[in-house]
Amino acid sequence: MRLQYASTVRIIEMPCTGTIDHRVLLKTFEDGADGVFVAGCMEGDCHFLKGNIRAKKRVNMVKNILEEIGFGGDRLDFFNLSAAQGQRFAEIVTEMTDRIRELGPTPLNQKEGDTA
Amino acid sequence: MKTESKLEKVLNSGKFAVTAEIGPPKHASGDGMKHHADMLVDYVDAANITDSQTAIVRISSIAGGVHIKEKGVEPIVQMTCRDRNRIAMQADILGAYSLGMRNLLCLSGDHQKFGNHPTSKNVYDVDSMQLIHLVRRMRDEKLFFSGEEIKENEPRFFVGAVANPFADPFEFRVDRLEKKVEAGAEFIQTQCIFDMERFERFMEMVRERGIDERVHILAGITPMKSWRAAKYIGNNVSGMIVPDALVQRLKNAEDPKREGIEMAIEQINYIKENVKGVHGFHVMAIAWEEVVPEIVERCGLYPRPNVD
Amino acid sequence: MIIAQQKSIQDIASMIEDCNKVLLVGCAGCVTVCLAGGEKETEVLAASLRIKRRLENKPLETVTFVATRQCDPEYIETLESYVKDVDAVISLACGVGVQYVAERFSDKWVVPALNTNFIGGSLNHGEWEERCGLCGDCVLHRTGGICPIIRCSKSILNGPCGGSQYGKCEISKDMDCAWQLIYDRMKALGKLDKLMEYQPPKDWSKSRDGGPRRAVREDVMID
Repeated sequence: MRLQYASTVRIIEMPCTGTIDHRVLLKTFEDGADGVFVAGCMEGDCHFLKGNIRAKKRVNMVKNILEEIGFGGDRLDFFNLSAAQGQRFAEIVTEMTDRIRELGPTPLNQKEGDTA
Repeated sequence: MKTESKLEKVLNSGKFAVTAEIGPPKHASGDGMKHHADMLVDYVDAANITDSQTAIVRISSIAGGVHIKEKGVEPIVQMTCRDRNRIAMQADILGAYSLGMRNLLCLSGDHQKFGNHPTSKNVYDVDSMQLIHLVRRMRDEKLFFSGEEIKENEPRFFVGAVANPFADPFEFRVDRLEKKVEAGAEFIQTQCIFDMERFERFMEMVRERGIDERVHILAGITPMKSWRAAKYIGNNVSGMIVPDALVQRLKNAEDPKREGIEMAIEQINYIKENVKGVHGFHVMAIAWEEVVPEIVERCGLYPRPNVD
Repeated sequence: MIIAQQKSIQDIASMIEDCNKVLLVGCAGCVTVCLAGGEKETEVLAASLRIKRRLENKPLETVTFVATRQCDPEYIETLESYVKDVDAVISLACGVGVQYVAERFSDKWVVPALNTNFIGGSLNHGEWEERCGLCGDCVLHRTGGICPIIRCSKSILNGPCGGSQYGKCEISKDMDCAWQLIYDRMKALGKLDKLMEYQPPKDWSKSRDGGPRRAVREDVMID
């Protein structure tokens, strides 16, 4: 298909979104990610039945934590799409990239006295 | 007579007794209660003074009792289990008797969640069943709740309790009434009756077991001011049933207040004639005390018997 | 088991405002099972506090450790090497654990990360309900195996009160009336007559009201 999407995205593959741990998500931000999205299978299509549904709940929980501590929950999100939806994947990347561009770089990379 | 209660004398005379309810105010003046007492004095044998009803802070039932007694109305002191432990309860029981109170109504009390102090701690050190038993024991065996002897001047209350035929489980309501009678209740005031059919079924079971011969049951009657009030009570007050037909009748009425009074009168007259085992009426005209005289009069319950 | 829930991160953060390095101690007992203070929750809380403090330009260093149990002195000993150079200890145990840590390390600032809620069990994964009031004088043999002390909102022993309707408690339509449950069960067991027995006031001296309680088994004592 040779679809174009932002080069800023780094893909981390997991056997199932259901294996994603709250800690992994928090670590990505501590390590400097500006935004993260989790791409799970379509609802109803999970090979492990509910892996994607559980992942979504976990992502929401971490979004709440990020909101509570002032980091902002918008930098994290969950999307459902199937392996056959390359087009949709590219769209989500663009959507997420635009959203993060608007929010600016992660507030965690600021050096002391850095007001940008 | 076991006590000096006028209510006990009326009930034992075999005539229908009439009690009403005076709700103390949310401030520190007893004038309103005295005004209501003046209004009721010739029309009731005694009046309940509620104990921070719906868990809203008000003048205490015992202080309220003093106010209405001054105006010649015999108080029925309500005592809930919500706010006092067994020490405070007994202190209040002794105190109330020393101030001339002669009737005590024992009840659980509305949960504080409904009141103006929903974050308060509740007590329920003893429950209403235990309170009935222990107040009777204070009188009959001269014992404190702990079993310690009361050497002299024991409080000699005429002991009442409540029953709610409209709460669940329905069949067990009669069992629990019997349990209260066994515990020592001498008169029972029922929850407001709107569902007459259910009340009749309840009384049928009461009569089958002969409970009406062991205790004086006073039927609870509440005149309604509007169909909205009726609907609200049915939907929002736990343990109350208000049939749709009753709501509808108020809705269709030209003068709903008048209709509410008429309905209360009909209910009393119906019970007087058809429901055996009822020994009196407890007219709870909530914030509408002024209609009690008319209701009492038009039900043939006036004048009140002179038992002194 | 003991059911606890984490306090807000904001509340916990404010307890350690002036600290640069903290030890977060989880507990592998009850609070691991109820997902409030196990290894995972400890690490999530640590990461959340670190990110929060970085946002405030006051970076926080964290160390995490999970004790086998925080309600046993021998497991508290295992914390010693971690406690030394931190400014504060955040305990993710129930109130017992927090006190054991504070007692053992008396010169450290020890704070609770959880609210200890109740003794209960699981209804579903992620849902727990209170089942025992710790009254010290069990009455379940008289009430069909349903506790009126903790499941009745008035702890009534001769229930149900007049607020019971359609099987629900007067305080909430979502809450079962414990006495309806007791009635149903006793009826099914053919033991309704037991409910007619008058239950006298409870001896609360066996409960918390008698002061902190202590249980002793001399036969298993070592010294």
